[in-house]
Amino acid sequence: MIRVVLPPHLRTLARVEGDVELPIEAIEGPVTQRTVLDALELRYPVLKGTIRDHVTRQRRAFLRFFACEQDLSHDPPDAPLPDAVARGDEPFYVIGAIAGG
Amino acid sequence: MSGVRVLVGTRKGAFILTSDGKRERWDVSEPHFAGWEIYHLKGSPVRPDRLYASQSTGWHGQVVQRSDDGGKTWEAVGNQFVYDGVPGTHQWYDGTQHPWEFKRVWHLEPALTDPDTVYAGVEDAALFRSVDAGRTWHELSGLREHPTGAKWQPGAGGMCLHTIVLDPSHTERMYVAISAAGAFRSDDGGQTWKPINRGLHSEFIPEPTAEVGHCVHRIAMHPARPDVLFMQKHWDVMRSDDAGDSWHEISGNLPTDFGFPIDVHAHEPDTIYVVPIKSDSEHFPPEGKLRVYRSRTGGNEWEALTRGLPQSDCYVNVLRDAMSVDELDPCGVYFGTTGGQVYASADAGDSWEPIVRDLPAVLSVEVQTLP
Repeated sequence: MIRVVLPPHLRTLARVEGDVELPIEAIEGPVTQRTVLDALELRYPVLKGTIRDHVTRQRRAFLRFFACEQDLSHDPPDAPLPDAVARGDEPFYVIGAIAGG
Repeated sequence: MSGVRVLVGTRKGAFILTSDGKRERWDVSEPHFAGWEIYHLKGSPVRPDRLYASQSTGWHGQVVQRSDDGGKTWEAVGNQFVYDGVPGTHQWYDGTQHPWEFKRVWHLEPALTDPDTVYAGVEDAALFRSVDAGRTWHELSGLREHPTGAKWQPGAGGMCLHTIVLDPSHTERMYVAISAAGAFRSDDGGQTWKPINRGLHSEFIPEPTAEVGHCVHRIAMHPARPDVLFMQKHWDVMRSDDAGDSWHEISGNLPTDFGFPIDVHAHEPDTIYVVPIKSDSEHFPPEGKLRVYRSRTGGNEWEALTRGLPQSDCYVNVLRDAMSVDELDPCGVYFGTTGGQVYASADAGDSWEPIVRDLPAVLSVEVQTLP
């Protein structure tokens, strides 16, 4: 099971409470940013375009990706996520930058 | 008894204000989409409980919401706005060319006859249409691909297509306005477009009477007289009597001819409303007095409407999409401010009362007259 923590706006949009749990079978290939987010968007199509650009698939500028106390935002999308995330011991965080009023 | 539903978009959510036909007591909803910017929401004229809303934030980009029960419940629909082909470039602030990049939906205009068809005006300026109730969006690229496109440039608020006006008499005719490009008309359902800016004079561009480059703020039409258009420009209030082919100034005795919204009385095609705002940088009412100005003569002769509006220490703005009218008799007029007030007049502007005083900054106000 892969655990994903969404920022509050996206939890509201996807109508979920707490962490999202994605079965490992839902991940196509190695556990990476790309495959986790693909699986997330497949389960919650309303999130398409809100984390990554629809066309380029690049992370939206004011979002960050954290896991295991590391900032993975600038890692290549196909780089493997930490084993603890792949095992479900640690969540993959989608974080909204602290900004604005 | 008939009723009124006022749809209010703000910097931090949408609010729905409802009243019966007397328009004396109002119910104010809880915030919808709390924390998100709601640039605009509007109902279908043929199915009033079908509403569309443009929801966005800098963090998560664009979402479009649809309601089929008058705003009680909402469903997120399609949010993919992709320009046709290679989008090309437009003029940037420094004079260089800059690629077209989608940022947000400024305005949603439901079609006059089909509740599943809705138009979206977006930044960077382009027009999109959905024919499946917002699930998918396709660009009407003839507008953006107009030969003048490379000369369009953003105003201070971005390069936005903010105004969409549909002609009820000529089903293939529609108008849009873009800051800062100007006004455009299509006579073939949005496939091809022509700039309609003859008569506009803009001192702030190198060639004041250029074909494009004008910062049009808003266009309004009375449905019974669709060839007559009224325009609030970045300075100058203008009128066209030939469907935009030519314009003449009707600013007359206004204290300042700068402003954002303009609207037309529901039953009197020559009665129009503007809210003069001090510019170029202040963007608040002159002398700290919030005054709507009404012309009953189609322009040039204006009267200040002040009863019930703050006449001292008022420094709010009224944005381009933040004024609307109902279809009751007498006609109701409504506007919202960046200070979070929504004012209503149930007597065509003679007197005003705030429906609500402390919303987030108001971006848009649309009114539905319900049976």
